Amino acid sequence: MKQMNYKKKGCKCIGALQLDDPFPMRMLKIEKIVQENSNVKNFFFNHKLNSKPGQFVMIWLPDCGEKPMSIAQDFGEGFSLAIAAIGKVSSTICCAKVGDYVGIRGPLGTCFSLADTNKKIENKNNNQKNKDVNLVKSIALVGGGYGAGPMASLAELAIKKGLKPENIHYIVGARTKDLLLFHKRLEGTGVNIHVTTDDGSYGIKGRVTGALNNIIKESKDNIKKNDKNKTKDKNKIDKIYTVGPELMMKAVYDVAVRENIDCEISLERYSKCGIGVCGSCAVDPTGERMCIEGPIIGKEKIAKITEFGRYHRDASGNKIRY
Amino acid sequence: MRKNSFLFGHIFVSASQPLYTKAYFHIFLMSAKSASKVGEKGFAKSDAAIDVSASFCGVKLRNPLVLASGIVDTTASSLIFAIENGAGAVTCKSISLEPRKGHGSPIIVTNESGMLNAVGLSNPGLASSIEEIKDAKKRLAAHKDKELRNARIIGNVFATSIEDFAKAAKEISKSGCEMLELNLSCPNVKDEFGEPFACNPAMAAELTKAVKKALKEANKDANNKINLPILVKLAPNVPDIAKIAKAVEAAGADGITAINTMPGMFLDLKTGKPILTNKSGGYSGPGLKPIAVKCIYDIYKAVKIPILGTGGVNTGKDAIELMMAGATAVGVGSAVYYRGISCFKKINNEIAEWMKENNVSSLKEIIGKAHK
Repeated sequence: MKQMNYKKKGCKCIGALQLDDPFPMRMLKIEKIVQENSNVKNFFFNHKLNSKPGQFVMIWLPDCGEKPMSIAQDFGEGFSLAIAAIGKVSSTICCAKVGDYVGIRGPLGTCFSLADTNKKIENKNNNQKNKDVNLVKSIALVGGGYGAGPMASLAELAIKKGLKPENIHYIVGARTKDLLLFHKRLEGTGVNIHVTTDDGSYGIKGRVTGALNNIIKESKDNIKKNDKNKTKDKNKIDKIYTVGPELMMKAVYDVAVRENIDCEISLERYSKCGIGVCGSCAVDPTGERMCIEGPIIGKEKIAKITEFGRYHRDASGNKIRY
Repeated sequence: MRKNSFLFGHIFVSASQPLYTKAYFHIFLMSAKSASKVGEKGFAKSDAAIDVSASFCGVKLRNPLVLASGIVDTTASSLIFAIENGAGAVTCKSISLEPRKGHGSPIIVTNESGMLNAVGLSNPGLASSIEEIKDAKKRLAAHKDKELRNARIIGNVFATSIEDFAKAAKEISKSGCEMLELNLSCPNVKDEFGEPFACNPAMAAELTKAVKKALKEANKDANNKINLPILVKLAPNVPDIAKIAKAVEAAGADGITAINTMPGMFLDLKTGKPILTNKSGGYSGPGLKPIAVKCIYDIYKAVKIPILGTGGVNTGKDAIELMMAGATAVGVGSAVYYRGISCFKKINNEIAEWMKENNVSSLKEIIGKAHK
């Protein structure tokens, strides 16, 4: 969207057109560091990022490298990045101190939408302009591992936009208790929190899809009950959002397709530049770049992307199967 | 809307009744609106008087814009994505015999006047790249938009020795690409000082000759079915670019791509360190344009073969300027960053708009105008 900032400015130069730099790199100071769990640190910056849930930033550490990172939280006046020491860049930043500088580009990419796509079409026909009418009513947010951050942000945004907390299901999963992230961030908000661990060391033993299936089944049972009582189907889940490992998202997407529920995912690809130039994150067969046309994509687009859940590409551009 | 009234001025000129009523004005607005929609789709197709097609090395292009090598072009899908967004032809990422991972990020750093890149010539290697080009050709031939079926694909190879260059060129000629560009900006490892091919007229000529010979052999093997024009991509950081252009023309090059990026460096002032992992990179974007115009001007004076002008083209007027300097077709790269992937459509529309405003009906009229 920023690329549209393309102005005509008098006769300043021959051609009379001046271009903006859409995604400049800014050096920002680390203001605060919080240890979130055994291997994740949360880094806080004072900068108005104006990001939306699902978007990401590129972080550069001098003499080290640059990597894409999802935004854990945007407070308006500042934002935070939850980072686990895995690769070179993330390990280096985890040794950084308060006051160190980090190069930040962004926010980049697309964001989650709380719009109800089915309703939109209906309302277009009715010529209604009330935005809130187009909002989804009841949602399930599925976060695996580090995907919990953007899912929690989306839950917070949904509450702000007027969704009832009891109609928001926040499912957080990890392999084991120590790797859980942000499962307590939404406590006290009234959101339904479902925590799963593969080994049963915390919450429900099993996968996030198991919890998701249960929630959908429950909501269906509620509809049946409500039908008898002739009340509104307030518990029907009309959209599923997911961020996490690709095969987990594929499983969640398959549930959404089977149940005929709208869905949005965050499709990550090897991102070298993050600003739409190098093409390393282009997907088959549409050629869309996941740093510009993604990473958040809806059900229609997912259906077109044949490589989803099958393969991705390495730094050279060769395919790697899942 | 005002822009549209220039571009599609004929809409109300052709209306017979000169009645300046409200209703008449309304009709004008409506028609301008619908016409602009056609324009957005590709270029001003509705305007038969304006011809934005180009012919380059005997290959017909639906418009003069060519996706420059290195920008969103590793896979068949991304090449087609650029074509769907308005490119007349697309150039592949530079291909080497073996796969290359390239440099670690940051590989690109930007400001308002240009961008610096050091991707490190990452590519999936010759075998995978040929499959990607074949796939792209196959998918284009069956594309649902008939107009895109004849969009062209330009292969691009690089190597660090003349032998590898010839080998890569011979293989890639079988992929089905319509032209082949030689990236001469990498150092020759067999040269005593590792001087890039693009810096030395004799070396550039020798390389061109070797590739031409290899392609002749490939042509023989395929029973004269392959006749691949060779474009030699030249670097601007040489004392006399025209000399090198002349040398490769004499060696049999069919066209010249000018120019490659200019070496540069961006420092971070907080740490005093270069931002790119490779420390230095190639500078492109708006700031490169005057350098490109001068190089193209000099080359046009020196040679008869056509020039694919590349360097800082972000708008239709930029493209016109390079053509006036002598370019027959125009490469677009950094504009994908500054104006989004739809930059091809935007630039095409602006070219058509400019032609209409200046009573130019064919691009042939403006090629090399600076010399007339």
